[in-house]
Amino acid sequence: MPEAPPDPRPPVITPTRVLAGLCLLAPFVALLWVNSYSRLTPAFIGIPFFYWYQMAWVPVAATLTYTAYALVRREERARKGGGVK
Amino acid sequence: MKDGVNGVALGVFIFFFLAVTVLGFLAARWRRAADPLHLDEWGLGGRSFGTWVTWFLLGGDLYTAYTFVAVPAAIYSAGAGGFFAVPYTIITYPLVFLFLPRLWSVSHKHGYVTSSDFIRGRFGSKSLSVAVAITGIIATMPYIALQLVGIQAVLDVMGVGGGDSTNWFLKDLPLLIAFGVLAAYTYSSGLRAPALIAFVKDALIYIVIAVAIIYIPYKLGGFDDIFNKAGAEYAKKTNGVPRGSLVTGPKAQWAYATLAMGSAMALFLYPHSVTAVLSSKSRDTIRRNTTILPLYSLMLGLLAMLGFMALAAGVGGKGYNAQLAIPQLFENMFPSWFAGVAFAAIGIGALVPAAIMSIAAANLFTRNIYKDLIKPDATPAQQTAVSKIVSLVVKVGALVFVLTMDKTVAINFQLLGGIWILQTVPAIVGGLFTRWFHRWALLAGWAVGMGYGTWKAYEQSSPKQSHFAGNSDMIPWIGEKGYIGLTAFVLNIGIAFVLTLVLNALKAPAGEDETVLSDYTTEAEPTPAGPADPAPGTAPGLPEPAGA
Repeated sequence: MPEAPPDPRPPVITPTRVLAGLCLLAPFVALLWVNSYSRLTPAFIGIPFFYWYQMAWVPVAATLTYTAYALVRREERARKGGGVK
Repeated sequence: MKDGVNGVALGVFIFFFLAVTVLGFLAARWRRAADPLHLDEWGLGGRSFGTWVTWFLLGGDLYTAYTFVAVPAAIYSAGAGGFFAVPYTIITYPLVFLFLPRLWSVSHKHGYVTSSDFIRGRFGSKSLSVAVAITGIIATMPYIALQLVGIQAVLDVMGVGGGDSTNWFLKDLPLLIAFGVLAAYTYSSGLRAPALIAFVKDALIYIVIAVAIIYIPYKLGGFDDIFNKAGAEYAKKTNGVPRGSLVTGPKAQWAYATLAMGSAMALFLYPHSVTAVLSSKSRDTIRRNTTILPLYSLMLGLLAMLGFMALAAGVGGKGYNAQLAIPQLFENMFPSWFAGVAFAAIGIGALVPAAIMSIAAANLFTRNIYKDLIKPDATPAQQTAVSKIVSLVVKVGALVFVLTMDKTVAINFQLLGGIWILQTVPAIVGGLFTRWFHRWALLAGWAVGMGYGTWKAYEQSSPKQSHFAGNSDMIPWIGEKGYIGLTAFVLNIGIAFVLTLVLNALKAPAGEDETVLSDYTTEAEPTPAGPADPAPGTAPGLPEPAGA
């Protein structure tokens, strides 16, 4: 086998990864809990709550995914010994 | 509604169509690689696409013409239920973030072209890999057919190809021409053609949506009026049943959530998604894309609003084909030249996914049926030749499908396709994280999931259709209506789990695993030059010697 894994294997679960996981989990909780947003009011420029709320989750979810990406990436770089900056 | 040919709109449409055709043929020369005969070149664009090309390609691939027509059409027909496409395309990206980088890494390392290649390598099981490949192919074919339905809707509204009085050949001629051209440039340029055309498609779509979402409400008196009128339309009853509603009722919420969840899980396992993902040049390209692809979801949400606008604008009537609602809205609202732009956006929006889907199905056939079962010593050049021919066969099949069968058949099969693709999740996603599942258990789970899903979908009836009338059914033990595909998936994974315990206890032989843990997190080599062939000897189970 080529590159043998570094000997003391780093832990699989770290605080950073837990935080990243929560960022990824949030949209599921919010959007699959349909009852929490299944209503007409308050409307936004005439669009019922049901629709604008779900659309508002698009940028929120994208930001959360980006946060998870940034967190994971930072940890990966740290593990490589900070070789890549 | 069919008031003759709209000359200006048709002219604009043809202009864009020709421009895209030229682009499709020129694409063969774009980023040409050293070894054009390798399947990686024709079938995966040389595995070279960076963040932005991948963004356009995936956006062009996943948000198809059918989506543009069908999502607002569903809203137009019944209201809130059709909006599940928005949460679905939001929660798919966190999922993608978790598992597709792993698929990319292991595929890059071992030269896998399809998800079935990975299954064979991971579980050492040809029966499982063939099962996944066949699932992918049969789910993709009706999807290609639906892209044609999208083009047909546009041609109908423009007044060409429509009309029940004309004979069938003249009626279908425009569609035949569009398809012949598509087949020709896909054959010659491979994945590079849709990648380049996707730029035009997405640019047009974004422009059309931006204009539509401001201009049409302005003409209809604002969103307040639109939703008031739409709400009144939904409240109208036929046979005591209202047409639809503006929010999901308490009984519809399970269906809404399970449809969103099940579809989100399936989306990126469709062969055309995998093809686009594997064509990107690095693991990070995919991760970055999960943070920028949601822009398309926002667009989809705005697009869905057009369904309400069509309703408020009074498009349609009794027995109206809802699939025509959006093209018709464009024709009624926009000046002719801009309606032409909008039609071109939908038409080109059909060409990009149709090309990628046929390439993906062709890759599956070549790698996992032709090479694994028929001709194990096929060279990369032979594989490319087979793939190119199969891409034509698949498209002709889709064309025959659309021309000979009722449109509802294609829609039924597409609905089944989603249920089927979902049944490959335990093997593919499970396999990316763990070797624990036994190959025979996964195969059994897959078979039961496929059987259950197909049976339940077949049983659904409505006043209009005696079978395949919907994709929701009672969930056993929960007693709520939910997405059949997700119920079948739970059954599938439950069986895989139990049988794995049994098979492991019986010490049934597990297949050989050619991957190692570090393969799943490996990045691209730093040297960008040349096709990324792993150095000889690094991958003992490599399916073929590197190099042509």
